[in-house]
Amino acid sequence: MNPLIELNGVAFGYGSFNVLDDIDLHLHPGQFVGLVGPSGAGKTSLLKLILTLLTPGEGQIQRVRPDLRITYVPQIETVDWSFPVTAEEVVLMGLDHRQNIWPWPRRRERKRAREILDRLEIGHLAERHIRDLSGGQQQRVFLARALVADPEVLVLDEPTTGVDVRSAENIFHWLTVLNKEGMTILLTTHDLNMAAAHVPWVVCLNRRIVAQGSPQDIFTEEILGDAYKGDFIVIRQDDLIFVQQRPHPHGLNDVLPHPVEGGMPNHDNLVNNAQPVSASKEA
Amino acid sequence: MDVLLAPFQYEFFRNGTIAAVLVGGLCALIGVYIVLRGMSFIGHGLSHAVFGGAVVAFILQFNFYVGAVSWGFVAALLINQTVRKTTISADAAIGVVTTASFALGVALISRYRRFSQSFDAALFGNVLGVTPMDIAVIVFVTLAATFMIFFFYKQLLFTTFNTEVAQVYGVPTFWIETWFALILAAVIIAAVQIMGVTMIGAALVVPPITIRLLTDSFHRLMIYSTILGALTGLIGMYLSFYVDVSSGASIVLLQSILFCLALFYVSRIRNKRRLVETPVYGPT
Repeated sequence: MNPLIELNGVAFGYGSFNVLDDIDLHLHPGQFVGLVGPSGAGKTSLLKLILTLLTPGEGQIQRVRPDLRITYVPQIETVDWSFPVTAEEVVLMGLDHRQNIWPWPRRRERKRAREILDRLEIGHLAERHIRDLSGGQQQRVFLARALVADPEVLVLDEPTTGVDVRSAENIFHWLTVLNKEGMTILLTTHDLNMAAAHVPWVVCLNRRIVAQGSPQDIFTEEILGDAYKGDFIVIRQDDLIFVQQRPHPHGLNDVLPHPVEGGMPNHDNLVNNAQPVSASKEA
Repeated sequence: MDVLLAPFQYEFFRNGTIAAVLVGGLCALIGVYIVLRGMSFIGHGLSHAVFGGAVVAFILQFNFYVGAVSWGFVAALLINQTVRKTTISADAAIGVVTTASFALGVALISRYRRFSQSFDAALFGNVLGVTPMDIAVIVFVTLAATFMIFFFYKQLLFTTFNTEVAQVYGVPTFWIETWFALILAAVIIAAVQIMGVTMIGAALVVPPITIRLLTDSFHRLMIYSTILGALTGLIGMYLSFYVDVSSGASIVLLQSILFCLALFYVSRIRNKRRLVETPVYGPT
C-alpha cells in the first residue's frame, strides 16, 4: 500500500542552524505514529513540514493525493485563551468554509459539531468560553475541531502537555479508538510512558531519526540515551514499559543552598490546621 | 428637541454627522479584528503611514484617495509579511514601517512649506471639510468592508484566532490578510477627514475593548462594538458642535469615558464575585 505521506532525505534549518537532517519517513494508511525526542529535536518543525507550513531546505515531501485531508491540533500554548469564542464555535471552525458562504452555521453543521463534542464527552460544555474549561477539556475541544473536518490524517503536537495524568490517558484512549476506526494519526509527545502504552509505532528523533519501530524495540536504555543524551531506566513488566530519566546523584540537602534555620516547616501540620473561612462571613 | 435638531440646519453638520456615524461604526467593526490579533497599534501607525502617502500624492499631483490608499495598503502588507516571515514582533514592525512613512511626510512638508496648513485637518480632523465626495467614499468603503466581513466571516474569524492552523484547514490566509489590509487602509483613508490621523487609532481600538470587557461572545462583540462606534460618532458630533472642539477629539474622548465606565463596572462585579465565592484557607 502506498504511503499517504512520504519524506525522503528532508533537511530543514532556521538560517544557518540545521534543525532536521536526512529525514526519511513514510506514513502509511491506518498507522498511529508517535514522534519522541528531547526539546529542540525538531519534532514540531517536522510536523510543520508535513503540514506544508514550512518548506524543506533539501529533500522531498510527497502526499499520495494533493487533496489529502489533514487536520492539525496545535500545542495548547499557541492558543489565545482570552479570544471570545465558545467550545462549539471553535469546533465549527474546522468545517470546510467553502460549503457554506453564510456567516452562521447550518443546522446540520451544528448537529455534527454537537455529535463530536458529545462523543468526546464534552457536549454539555459547548456553550462555554474556552478559557472556562480544564486543560483536558480544552484539548478535547481542539481534537473535536480536527475531527469535524473528517480527516484522513490527524496530526497532533504535544496533545497531553499541560493536562493531568487522567486527562492524558483519556486523550490517548480517544486517539487509540480513532486509530482502530481507521484514522491515520501522527503526534509528537514528551510523555514517553503514554507513548509506550498507547502508540504502536514510535519514531525517536534528535535532528535525525535515531530509531523507529515498536515501543518494545525503541524504548531501550541505549536508544533513549542516544536520543536524549541522558541516562535512562527502562522497566518492563508484562506488556507495560516504564521509562524514567535517572535522577542526578544528589539528595535534597545538596540542592538546598543553605541549611534552613529551625528545620523545614512540617507541611502536614500546616494543612491539617488550615480551615476554610468564607470571606463574606468574615466581613 | 431643538437642541438635537438645530445643528442639522447646517449642511456641514449633516455631512459631518453622516460621516461620523459611518466612520465610527466602521472603525469599531474593523477594530474587533485588530484588537483580537494583538495589533492595536496598527490603526495608529497606519494612519500616520497614510499621512506620508497623502503628502507624496499631493506632490506628485496624484488623486489623494488613490495615493493614500495604495500607500496604506503597501504599508499594511509590509507589516503583515514582516511579522509572518521574520521573528520581528507586530508592534516593532508597525513602529518601523509606519513611523518611517510618517517621517517622510513630515520631511516633505518641511521641504515644501507652502501646503502645511491644509494638512492640519488631516492630522486633527475637520468636520467642516466633509464634502459629498468624502461621504460617497465613506459609503463605498463601508459597503465593501461589510460585504467582506459578512461573506468571509468564518475565514476571518479562524485567521484571527490562529493564522497558522487556519492555513492547515484550507483557509486562504494570505488572501484573507491581503484583503483585510486593503480594507483597513481604505477605512483609515475614509476616516481621516472626520477623525484626523492622530485619533483614528483610538476609534479603531476603544469601542471593541470596551465591549470586550462586557461579553465573551465574538458575534456580540462585533455587533455591539459597531453600534457603540456609530453612537459615539453621533453624540461626539453634537459635543463637537456645542462645546466647539474638534470632531475626532470629542468622539474619542466620549469613547474613552465609556471605556472607563465599563472598566469600573466590570471591576466592581468581579470584586463582588470574588468576595462571595472565594474561600480563604488559613489557621483559625
